[in-house]
Amino acid sequence: MSTTAPTPAAHEPVKRSTVRLVVAWVLVGIPLAYGVFQTLTQVTALFG
Amino acid sequence: MGFLDRERTIAPPGFNRWLVPPAALAVHLCIGQAYATSVYKTALVKHFGASLTEVGVIFSIAIVMLGLSAAVMGTWVDRNGPRKAMFTSAMFWAGGFLIGALGIFSHQLWLVYLGYGVVGGIGLGIGYISPVSTLIKWFPDRPGLATGMAIMGFGGGALIASPVSQALLKAYDPNSGAQGWVASGDAVGKLFLTLAAVYLAYMLFGAFTVRVPADGWRPAGFDPAKVKAAKLVTTENVSAKNAIKTRQFWLVWVVLFCNVTAGIGILEQAAPMIQDFFRQSDGKSLVSAGVAAGFVGLLSIGNMAGRFTWSATSDVTGRKRIYMMYLGVGAVLYTVLAFAGSTATVLYVALAFVIISFYGGGFATVPAYLRDLFGTYQVGAIHGRLLTAWSAAGVAGPLIVNGILDAQGKPGKLTAVSYQPALLTMVALLVIGFIANLLVKPVDERFHERRPEAARNVHGGRK
Repeated sequence: MSTTAPTPAAHEPVKRSTVRLVVAWVLVGIPLAYGVFQTLTQVTALFG
Repeated sequence: MGFLDRERTIAPPGFNRWLVPPAALAVHLCIGQAYATSVYKTALVKHFGASLTEVGVIFSIAIVMLGLSAAVMGTWVDRNGPRKAMFTSAMFWAGGFLIGALGIFSHQLWLVYLGYGVVGGIGLGIGYISPVSTLIKWFPDRPGLATGMAIMGFGGGALIASPVSQALLKAYDPNSGAQGWVASGDAVGKLFLTLAAVYLAYMLFGAFTVRVPADGWRPAGFDPAKVKAAKLVTTENVSAKNAIKTRQFWLVWVVLFCNVTAGIGILEQAAPMIQDFFRQSDGKSLVSAGVAAGFVGLLSIGNMAGRFTWSATSDVTGRKRIYMMYLGVGAVLYTVLAFAGSTATVLYVALAFVIISFYGGGFATVPAYLRDLFGTYQVGAIHGRLLTAWSAAGVAGPLIVNGILDAQGKPGKLTAVSYQPALLTMVALLVIGFIANLLVKPVDERFHERRPEAARNVHGGRK
């Protein structure tokens, strides 16, 4: 365990990196999920 | 434009490697639009007063240019890094749409050939290979998973582009509510302009997010010695120039060609094929056009899912074994489809779904197979050269299937039996691919790049 309290500045790069990671995956994930959803609605005709 | 240089994209310490897959996906999701051209095909036929074949040439030129540009530009991509490659790809891809739009607005079909076909096709080829080498370097512990994620995007791109394009065409055409509506050329032109802007933004996001790892970087806990434990996985490097002189390159070329040709055989004919398989004696099919469209959608999902799932699985099974499954099990499934596919719709759909997942898996796993055989040095360039197998299969697959089916009868009159010769031809191709894969052995030492003696000793190489 660390004995010194971390300063807000020490957290910043990690926090920024995490936010960037989430934004990047959301940017590609949402259109992909939309495309899969639209296709699956079409696929339901196959089992209807 | 120095900001695009490879040196400027070296990741700082602490960079999260999981930012690289979304950057790669951003590019592949955009260029995957190439498989959604059917959405506006009829509209272009009407707009230009051209035949289906003349409009189909647009797509054919793009795919041929994909293979050619990937083969020719592969070394350039490896040398200049992913950012410059993705940026260039974005310019060509968006530029292709802009020139294409100009062709549509001015009623010049040749401009669409030049724009979407030639210029856009170059963007396709550079974009397709741009993230591959970088992903393999960031994920030496899971190369199949990494390339599977990116190449899955190429399959997923069409799933996004189809519904979005349909919605935009309706929004841009005031007559979209009319019965038997076909989009106007003006609406397709506006669609092209919109896609150019959106794809440019997305691909630039990918270009400015991607980073290359610093020399000697390794993921925490990764031990290259474990990788060497697999017989076919090398720690040596082979240049692209030397790779094409090896037997292994051409064996993998045959493997990819056979796998893609067989998959295209089903994909090209998917909608009419399921209807023909369940055609009754009165000539009517039990499968409606709507259900057949749903089947095509399901295959698209199988194609995309197979790219990620099977490629990631290959990190555990090894590349050679997974190709044995794609080709060997694929041959068995094709045979069952030929002789028993018409007995039940569920069986037919399940068989086709697995076969198409193998087709997608074959595309996504091949960069990791090349990494195993030739090392990471110029794997992007080698992959680019290998994609000529895709171009060749894109011509051979439909030619074989359409040629055989033409000899069996007229469209709309075919039955399950009519498909047996075509499907058994695909089985033969898969068997050839299976044998080629069996013959793949480690690359001979004489093709390896030389490296300093000290480094050679550290890596336990040839003394």
